[in-house]
Amino acid sequence: MNVNKLQNLAMNDNGFIFDPNTGYSYTANETGILILRKLASGLDKDGVRTAVREIYEVSEDNFNSDFEHYMLMLESLDMIEF
Amino acid sequence: MKKTYIAPNIERNYAGNMNKYGAKSVVRHQDNIDGVPIKEIVEQFGSPVLVLSESVIRRRYRRMQDVMQMHYPNIQQAWSYKTNYLGAVCNIYHQEGSIAEVVSGMEYDMARRLGIPGKDIIFNGPGKRAEDLQKAVKEGARIHIDHLDELYLLEKVARELKIIPNVAIRVNMDTGISPQWSRFGFNYENGEALRAIQRLVSGKAMKLSGLHTHIGTFILDAQAYYYAAKALLDLAQKVKDELHVVLDYIDLGGGFASQNTLLGSYTPGEFASPSIDHYAQAIGDAFNESQFVRDHDPQLVLETGRALIDEAGTMISSVIGKKNLPTGERAIILDAGVNTMITAWWYKLKVTPTRPFPGAYQNTVFYGPLCMNIDVVRNAVPFPDLYTGETVLISPAGAYNNTQWMQFIEYRPPVVLITETGKLELLRAREELSDIIEREFIPEHLRNI
Amino acid sequence: MAIDLSGLDITIAVSGLKTGDNPQPGVPVIRSIRNAGFKGKIVGLIYDSMESGIYLENFADEIYQMPYPSAGADAFLSRIDYILDRTKIDVIIPTLDAEVILYIRLQDQLKRRGINSFLPSEECFLLRDKTKLATFFPPKGISVPQTALLSDATQIRQLDDDIPFPLMVKGRYYEAFKAHTPEEGVKYFYDIAERWGLPIIFQKMVPGDEYNIVIVGDGKGGMLGMVPQKKLVITDKGKGFGGVVVQNAELDAFAAKIISILKWQGPCELEVMKGFDGVYYLIEINPRFPAWVRLAEGAGQNQPAAVVLKSLGMDVEALGPYKPGTMFIRHAEDIIADISVMGQVSAQSELIRRNEQ
Repeated sequence: MNVNKLQNLAMNDNGFIFDPNTGYSYTANETGILILRKLASGLDKDGVRTAVREIYEVSEDNFNSDFEHYMLMLESLDMIEF
Repeated sequence: MKKTYIAPNIERNYAGNMNKYGAKSVVRHQDNIDGVPIKEIVEQFGSPVLVLSESVIRRRYRRMQDVMQMHYPNIQQAWSYKTNYLGAVCNIYHQEGSIAEVVSGMEYDMARRLGIPGKDIIFNGPGKRAEDLQKAVKEGARIHIDHLDELYLLEKVARELKIIPNVAIRVNMDTGISPQWSRFGFNYENGEALRAIQRLVSGKAMKLSGLHTHIGTFILDAQAYYYAAKALLDLAQKVKDELHVVLDYIDLGGGFASQNTLLGSYTPGEFASPSIDHYAQAIGDAFNESQFVRDHDPQLVLETGRALIDEAGTMISSVIGKKNLPTGERAIILDAGVNTMITAWWYKLKVTPTRPFPGAYQNTVFYGPLCMNIDVVRNAVPFPDLYTGETVLISPAGAYNNTQWMQFIEYRPPVVLITETGKLELLRAREELSDIIEREFIPEHLRNI
Repeated sequence: MAIDLSGLDITIAVSGLKTGDNPQPGVPVIRSIRNAGFKGKIVGLIYDSMESGIYLENFADEIYQMPYPSAGADAFLSRIDYILDRTKIDVIIPTLDAEVILYIRLQDQLKRRGINSFLPSEECFLLRDKTKLATFFPPKGISVPQTALLSDATQIRQLDDDIPFPLMVKGRYYEAFKAHTPEEGVKYFYDIAERWGLPIIFQKMVPGDEYNIVIVGDGKGGMLGMVPQKKLVITDKGKGFGGVVVQNAELDAFAAKIISILKWQGPCELEVMKGFDGVYYLIEINPRFPAWVRLAEGAGQNQPAAVVLKSLGMDVEALGPYKPGTMFIRHAEDIIADISVMGQVSAQSELIRRNEQ
């Protein structure tokens, strides 16, 4: 997984993300931002899973399904590469 | 303590998608119907399940009666069977004082099954067969004639049976709305209706008791009923002047809109649909201006269906699964699709969560369980996270739903009534395989495989 | 005498802050209110975080994103309640066609929340619907060009000589196109139906001079103010980007008659065509201020300020005479901001600029 593009993003706590390379901006929610930050910091998928489930009350099944969706969205937005 | 979780979401911003609610709820939840918890209903009857509220049905009927009477006291409602012909539902209306309005031999039999005498059945529709007419004439039903061939046929039946049936002529007209329903009945403007009446009266085989029109469906312009009523009352005056027949009743049919939102409409139903008061005012104005009404006080018949019952029905449905679409929208697969919510084809149905949700909303499309691309219950609406097994409410679902739903791929769900005392009564059980195959035969040579 | 709002300590909300090539009336309405001396809080209600008025400094004090009217009453009221937890709102002036009916129907609920407005009755609002003008007004002595309401594109071929091509094809809420042939008519029929639903209005073209009139009706058949203009600059989208106030007794009388028939309450814009046949035709009644409403202020009638006072139930004397020859010319300018402003609005759906205590 290549997360280089995430390093350049300007993220604020409100969930607004600006990519100065492309001029695109994004809106993410609280969990969305957290996952981006964890990925940018170099955590792998398992690391992110653990990190998120330490903070939020969510079952493993529900989170795994959401997380996989989210990763696909990031890929389709060209923010990460597998 | 851990924080409340919401599913991660990200969207690219571009002009045109910049309408979001990061912060706060725009969708209210509803966890009960008439005080009965959704959970309890699903535990008892499974999912999906169509729930009807007896209190809402009665309340709306009485409101219609009261409001109409404020404008014109001599009013009779006729329950439009095709809107919802479950026996229990029809009987609620009959208990309230409604007569029956049927449009086919089958519906006629349904009304008779419930013990409604012929004289309290209005028989409409363009497809009456000879045997239907014979039965209706013998039992004294009010038959509303749609076209000239039917007039001839009915005349013949009446002569053979030596009974003078009570009939009305169905009239179509321009009330300023589009599309104009010109395929049913006789045209008013070009004189066809009057000619049909002249022909009917000169035949002396039938008694012309009323005039009927049904100007369309989901009429968003209440004023159209003013023009419809005025046209029929003018025609009644003409019939009296020229043919010396005084009519007993004027039937303005149905067509009042519910609070549902039509698919093609930008404005939601709650802003687009006139209230019952608007319709009543328009009709009352025409009646109170009419000389014929002052002289003869004819009965006003209304065959309102949808506006009375749509809001009394709610489909409870459960999430089978969810997926993300390439558009960034979320897709929810429900266990009720267009097979059981057929009105999704012409309405933007309301989908309501059954529990409060924290945080964000995402554009969500609701699909049904059918293996077909057309199975869309509701196109993108902002909606909170949903997980497998959770329930949502789809509404309004009381009108034209369980009369038109399809037996396709799936068993049709049960229909449950919440009584005025809060009791759950099963009106129609969930279908089983035996219901589907009961009338089927497999020839001998195809029995072994 | 000019209206002075300097002593008024209230909060006023205005919708529609987009300017640009198809401008909405919110920004000019707010300017007129400020120019009447108003020092209280202005709340901008937006639908899209790219509405340019958001980015103006020293303009709206607070900005909130609203759900589209198509989301329904529940969504609207929940959002209003959320906003009311943060700021009171005393007066709302809606400026977009599609939202006016919502504010009319929810008037009581808003009133209970302390929010006032000055709007027409629902009956009155419906009579001005483009689908109604041609049946309601002509019997009352107001000419309207021949109109057909079509709900099926096949009906285009059946239009008779009363409505010859070229003709105007219009949506119920927005958009109007000139169709030269039935084929073009079919294209516009589907274009408009897709966005704004049925029916589609096919209307005879009346050759002549167009006038636009901004009016505040008093709800009793009279007018608090009225300013007519002739467009001087028309963009390729048909928008007036410049105009001049005219004075014409016939035009005034025509407008006054329309308002007296409707007993219109609140702001509206009349589109009137003086045909080369000398007849005045009513083309449209828009149920809100037009984007050029500052011309009224410039000509001596601050109509938005009058609407603020009427919303509060105060007596307002009819605004004085307007000054013909006053003109407006629309000037576009780039606003410079940091992307974080857009980030704030698109992520939080709100923007607080100044909170005076």
